[in-house]
Amino acid sequence: MQKIKAFGLFWWDFLIGDDWLVAAVVVLGLAATYVLGQQPGIPAWWLMPVVVLVILPVSIWRQLPKKR
Amino acid sequence: MTGFALFAAVFLACTVEAVEALTIILAAGTGRDWRSALKGMVAALIVLVAIVAVLGPAVTALPLTALRLVVGGLLLVFGIGWLRKAILRASGNKALHDEDAAYVKELEAAQKASGGRRPLAGDWYAFTLSFKGVLLEGLEVVFIALTFGSNQHDIPLASLGALAAVAVVAATGIAVRAPLSRVPENTMKFAVGVMLTSFGLFWGAEGAGADWPGSDAALLVIIPAVLVVALAYVALFRRRPAAAVAETTPHTAAS
Repeated sequence: MQKIKAFGLFWWDFLIGDDWLVAAVVVLGLAATYVLGQQPGIPAWWLMPVVVLVILPVSIWRQLPKKR
Repeated sequence: MTGFALFAAVFLACTVEAVEALTIILAAGTGRDWRSALKGMVAALIVLVAIVAVLGPAVTALPLTALRLVVGGLLLVFGIGWLRKAILRASGNKALHDEDAAYVKELEAAQKASGGRRPLAGDWYAFTLSFKGVLLEGLEVVFIALTFGSNQHDIPLASLGALAAVAVVAATGIAVRAPLSRVPENTMKFAVGVMLTSFGLFWGAEGAGADWPGSDAALLVIIPAVLVVALAYVALFRRRPAAAVAETTPHTAAS
């Protein structure tokens, strides 16, 4: 059981890293880009830069040292 | 993307991974047993070669769109992770030279561990510590080389960049045999974070069906734009009360 847990932790650490929210938002952003790209005449390239612009400071803020 | 840019991107990204792997090997070797640490490293390299032999062709045979979507998403997650840490350090919210702290942390953990001896591995703790570190960081090196290479249709050049990075870091490690705090880690991580985020943005969005204005030339705008945004966030978070911390966050694959 412990080995399975360690195996899972290894891949979690490798793929997700230390902020799961970033991975979740990136996946959602790519999915939204796909949906947007299916609409005729609507450009979809701008969505992911906006996602990065928003999630990067949020992720930084989440890891700032907490005030005592 | 020119051949030189591909080589430079892979070289820089792989250098960061190699520095981290070497730090772990140094900690396991000096703290426990050099022979076992080196055995762990060799075992991990054998596993890596097997993975490359099996997955290498499979990765390049994948449909390019699907590959770009998956690779772009992963690079974006890795890149944002690197950028976040680099910005936290550059803005004074995280210890700047945490390679030292990481080395001390690994060394203390190695010295405290009881770890028994195994026939082939020798000191089990040193072996597994080295094995895990090299395998994890090595997987990232393989990942970077294969994906950058396959996307630019030049895996040999990307592999050369990765091998050159590993060789340079290994030679440096052998020469100094000390923590790699002399390598300007945060500057390198900042640059790598910008590159991975930029390529992640480009490939991820393209893989999801978006068409970038100017096609590949869009990268010439994306990379400087990501750099400017990252520097702006450094300035933004520097305005907060100085809160440089001595402790480091737990090791993660992203950096």
